[in-house]
Amino acid sequence: MLTNEIVKQKLIAKFGVQVTDFHEPYEMLTFEAPKEMNLKVLNFLYDDDELKFRFLTDLQAVHYPNQQGRELVVVYHLHNLADNIRIRFKVFTDIKTPDIYTATGLFSAANWMERETYDFFGVNFVGHPNLKRILNVDEMDYFPMRKEFPLEDQTRIDKDDDMFGRG
Amino acid sequence: MICLEEDKKEYLFMTEHEHIRLPEGSIEKTTTTLNLGPTHPATHGVFQNILELDGERIVSAEQTIGYIHRAFEKIAERRPLYQITPLTDRLNYCSSPINNMGWHLTCEKLLGIQTPKRVDYLRIIIMELARISDHLICNSIVGVDTGAYTGFLYVMQYRELIYEIYEEICGSRLTTNIGRIGGFERNFNDIAFQKLEKFLKEYPKVLKEFINLFERNRIFIDRTQNTGAISADRALNFGFTGPNLRAAGVDYDVRVHTPYSSYQDFQFNIPTGTSGDNYDRWLVRNEEMWESLSIIEQAYRKVQEFKGKGAEVFHADAPEYYLPEKEDVYTKMEALIYHFKIIMGETKIPVGEVYSCVEGANGELGFYLISDGGRTPYRLHFRRPCFIYYQAYEELTKGSMMSDAIVTLSSLNLIAGEMDA
Repeated sequence: MLTNEIVKQKLIAKFGVQVTDFHEPYEMLTFEAPKEMNLKVLNFLYDDDELKFRFLTDLQAVHYPNQQGRELVVVYHLHNLADNIRIRFKVFTDIKTPDIYTATGLFSAANWMERETYDFFGVNFVGHPNLKRILNVDEMDYFPMRKEFPLEDQTRIDKDDDMFGRG
Repeated sequence: MICLEEDKKEYLFMTEHEHIRLPEGSIEKTTTTLNLGPTHPATHGVFQNILELDGERIVSAEQTIGYIHRAFEKIAERRPLYQITPLTDRLNYCSSPINNMGWHLTCEKLLGIQTPKRVDYLRIIIMELARISDHLICNSIVGVDTGAYTGFLYVMQYRELIYEIYEEICGSRLTTNIGRIGGFERNFNDIAFQKLEKFLKEYPKVLKEFINLFERNRIFIDRTQNTGAISADRALNFGFTGPNLRAAGVDYDVRVHTPYSSYQDFQFNIPTGTSGDNYDRWLVRNEEMWESLSIIEQAYRKVQEFKGKGAEVFHADAPEYYLPEKEDVYTKMEALIYHFKIIMGETKIPVGEVYSCVEGANGELGFYLISDGGRTPYRLHFRRPCFIYYQAYEELTKGSMMSDAIVTLSSLNLIAGEMDA
């Protein structure tokens, strides 16, 4: 039976010190790897006869504006359906060159998830077959889920509301 | 030159009975581009498909989505936990209660709240009712798209019964905002249980009849079998979950794999198909409705076993997170304090990241919540099953007939609200 500990040991045996920051928030094994390594790690997790993490549950990004050089993080949630174990894999990148290799070669499901991540965070997935906006309009020139774009202040008074009967 | 002149002349004197002569070269293009949607009655939602057609065969399909994108993930970053529930209503609006419960369960996981068994069972009743109402819509719409309206009209009044049960519990019907973190806003009243009994009594007959209308219907079988098929391997690679994955033959169900809300106390089967085509998807959904009915019956029996004080439990004992009843707020000091604290965001929310998922009507509905200890989530991501499996649409329809693509579209159960978030 596969456990978090075995997954962790196998990863360390394969990648040594490059996989870091192992912890288990709410019992889900979470770890991190350098961004150049993301495909290598994903491939290993996919191909290894014991690990078999062949289901991509979710892929998205988070923005941490205060972490210099590690502002954006792409989070993969992977699932081994045979042993029913989930892991979370993080790849940090700086916001100036947010280039990360695409996982579309491995998971067809990654296609739209990566497009969504690009759309909202501006992560550039290198090698993606069709990296363009998916939920927002094509003309948009910013990445709205980044923290520097606040929601509209509900107390603002400079708006002309006459046409909406609120003036 | 002369030829052209003649052509022109002919055009000028052409009557409507004569054939139109197309300019030379214009029939070289062998494919036609067709915009299916964004507002086409057959798409059952606002999304566009740009189809490239060779006659009636689909050469390629490109989907445009996002027409009803409402930036829920961004809005959620400014809302305290209890105010996010109404946002989840509007994801898959055919089965809002499942989304609501999924969100409550996520918060409870983050906050470490244990819910009493009775709450779990009541939740299961609501979630399974929602699953039935969702599958009912999907399957009857498949009927409509193959030319049989009767089934749709017939079952609609039984969805109404489900909505009346919701109404009795939370006061609303479609976007339910049902329950709270820790339990329900009030105990189920007798009328709710009476309505549930009525539903349990009347619905099996209706479902049986609905299935009889279609299951062995030659036209229906011809329209749905071997169309929109996907193999188990491809389905997994495309991130399929829920009935669509099970129709392809993979028995993955979150209710069994990672039981939540005491699903482990129940006996039920996971129906699976073999070919992953439209017919199998339809059959799997029907079977799931039978299973849901059986789960509801079991849960109702379990709920009835609670007597006296036990039958009054409808929320967890977690006063710092459970928004108290209004009546208590007005009459009890403690409830007033907690009410104030929760509304003003004075409650302590632990730092952490949590992924929690429920078996939505379309598949694995996941919530990835990162909390930095503040009043609102630092980041919230919805794993919307529809959004993920809709990208397989081109692969499902390539080479098939245009009219099969319509059936595939409805049998996938695509809900624009869920897709676009």
